Amino acid sequence: MPPRLRSPSLSATSRPASGDADSNHALEDFLGALAGDDPERLYDRAPCGYLTTTADGLIAKVNQTFLTLTGYHRGHLVGARRFVDLLTAGGRIYHETHYAPLLQMHGSAREIALDVVCADGSRLPVLVNSVVELDGSGRPSAIRTAVFDATQRREYERELLRERQRAEESEAHAVALARTLQQSFIPPAHPRIPGLELAAGYRPAGSGAEIGGDFYDAFEVSANDWCLVIGDVCGKGVEAAVVTSLARYTVRAAAVRQSLPSGALATLNEVLLHHGSDRFCTVTVLRLRLQDRRWTATVSCGGHPLPLLIRRSEPPVGFGRPGSLVGLVDEPEFSDTTIELRPGDVVVVYTDGVTEARSPEGEFYDDERLVAWLAEHPGSADAVAEGILREVVEFQSGRPRDDIAVVAVAVPG
Amino acid sequence: MDVKARFNVADLGQADAQPMVFAHGFGCDQHMWRHVAPRFEDRFRVVLYDHVGAGGSDLGAYDPVRYDSLAGYADDLLLLCREMDLRDVVFVGHSVSGMIGVLAAVAEPERFAKLVLVAPSPRYIDDGTYVGGFSKADIAELLDSLESNYLGWSSAMAPVIMGNGERPELGDELTESFCRTDPRIARQFARVTFMSDNRADLAKVSQPTLVLQCRQDVIAPVAVGQYVADAIAGSRLVLLDATGHCPNLSAPDATAAAIAEFVSD
Repeated sequence: MPPRLRSPSLSATSRPASGDADSNHALEDFLGALAGDDPERLYDRAPCGYLTTTADGLIAKVNQTFLTLTGYHRGHLVGARRFVDLLTAGGRIYHETHYAPLLQMHGSAREIALDVVCADGSRLPVLVNSVVELDGSGRPSAIRTAVFDATQRREYERELLRERQRAEESEAHAVALARTLQQSFIPPAHPRIPGLELAAGYRPAGSGAEIGGDFYDAFEVSANDWCLVIGDVCGKGVEAAVVTSLARYTVRAAAVRQSLPSGALATLNEVLLHHGSDRFCTVTVLRLRLQDRRWTATVSCGGHPLPLLIRRSEPPVGFGRPGSLVGLVDEPEFSDTTIELRPGDVVVVYTDGVTEARSPEGEFYDDERLVAWLAEHPGSADAVAEGILREVVEFQSGRPRDDIAVVAVAVPG
Repeated sequence: MDVKARFNVADLGQADAQPMVFAHGFGCDQHMWRHVAPRFEDRFRVVLYDHVGAGGSDLGAYDPVRYDSLAGYADDLLLLCREMDLRDVVFVGHSVSGMIGVLAAVAEPERFAKLVLVAPSPRYIDDGTYVGGFSKADIAELLDSLESNYLGWSSAMAPVIMGNGERPELGDELTESFCRTDPRIARQFARVTFMSDNRADLAKVSQPTLVLQCRQDVIAPVAVGQYVADAIAGSRLVLLDATGHCPNLSAPDATAAAIAEFVSD
């Protein structure tokens, strides 16, 4: 049979019979000595400031700890000041707009940070807890407030705040840097091509801190000979950004010496292979030439979606032949296809941010949707480029996960 | 636009009666009126709402540009009145909403029948002989104290502080949201409120106006209430026997009685 449990009484007449008799004895003596603690002493020497106010906040009673913390004499406070009068101006506003309403509505408030103005004008950071006492009819009769010295904690909080502000600043800096870099992937302004309309839509993905790899370019090689480039470097971030810049300027330089787009792609392939980065890309180069008052388009694709030709009363159709990814293999296959452009024709090039856009339900925007949209929305280069961008952003409920680039060229007429 | 969701509108009382619109001040939300507004539901259509950024409003509608001055909040009040087709409105605004109501009533005077300004202040910062009660440094200190309090009142802390129902009659929905605000929004609202100066707008008010002033109010002292009443022609000043800035909470009987007398004139 287990021993009968005694109630844990510590009175002199019922000592525990067994166990740690000595330590229990010591505790008992200790508590016995504390019995000399009258309630006044417990109150005055509590390890926190303690205030009792009327429901209006007038100080009715205050303990010695509070007086010691703040340097006031009891006579300065009791019946003379309200708790709110002891706060800094900012603290008074906070008290009146948050603390007091909270107390009145909720009956208590906890861990409110305030600054008490001490007798000598110095400030004491405190944390305050309050409870409202109700009278028999449920009306507030008094407010009891415990006040804790929070000097060190407040200093620590200030450090946290400073760190947070610093973090926010560097984030803003990183975003600005990424945006600036990303803007260098496209021409600062569209060149005007005499006899053609050129328009583009470009939208980098995400919140802006991350740099994607979509780029496009349009530049004049010589009179009546223009080059249009669109591409997508795999991956994101700084390394992808470096390769994107490299790709854009390599094609620019190569196009001057190489009259065929496939030649420019071959040069780019070689440069990327020797660059030492693992990054590869997909690129389409389109050469637009005016000869005998007729425009021709010669295209070479390196792993990139084929350009689409939109011709009046014909369904939109891709032209050119697919080629190798650029920067991946030593002997890539790139070919050239030339077509003649007629008045009214529109050529559209785009990155996979268009066709691989996914709706919130997980559906791809895909080639068919793009072709169908183009068939239903014939228009100027501007209308087509802006329209596709808007359509694809909306398809993703306004939150694209990948960069989107679209460039449209139209022959007026 | 769904103004009811945007402003967390409570549309109570008599649907066909004259509308009374109650707007809360800086700090908490429409629940500040819970001891006062119900007393008008038998004779009025009582409309309560939260400013965007406060209480149960649509935080997604918060636009730092629109709400960079009190005019944005006044536009909201007019938007609310238009969308709900409220005419002949008795507007009751606490604290900064007093001035929001003044701006709205000046912009579209025909929409408002009467104004009740509870503890209003047209300018909180002293200016020459004008005593608003605060210095610029005081307001900087307020923004600082907001910062330190919201650090403690992070989203993780707030439910602990608010949710412990020692007054269960208030209900979960109230304790969840009352006095809780996004820190960035609160900081901007504080700056907009306490840096505002609407003294010049008071003279343009053409509606019968009641100014309710507390005996001891550290935010809007008696002299400020007197200033408002002097500046609005034909207005009436009633000094409430109440301390603090929120007589709608601390002295709801006196507050409601003064409003009732004014609106039944």
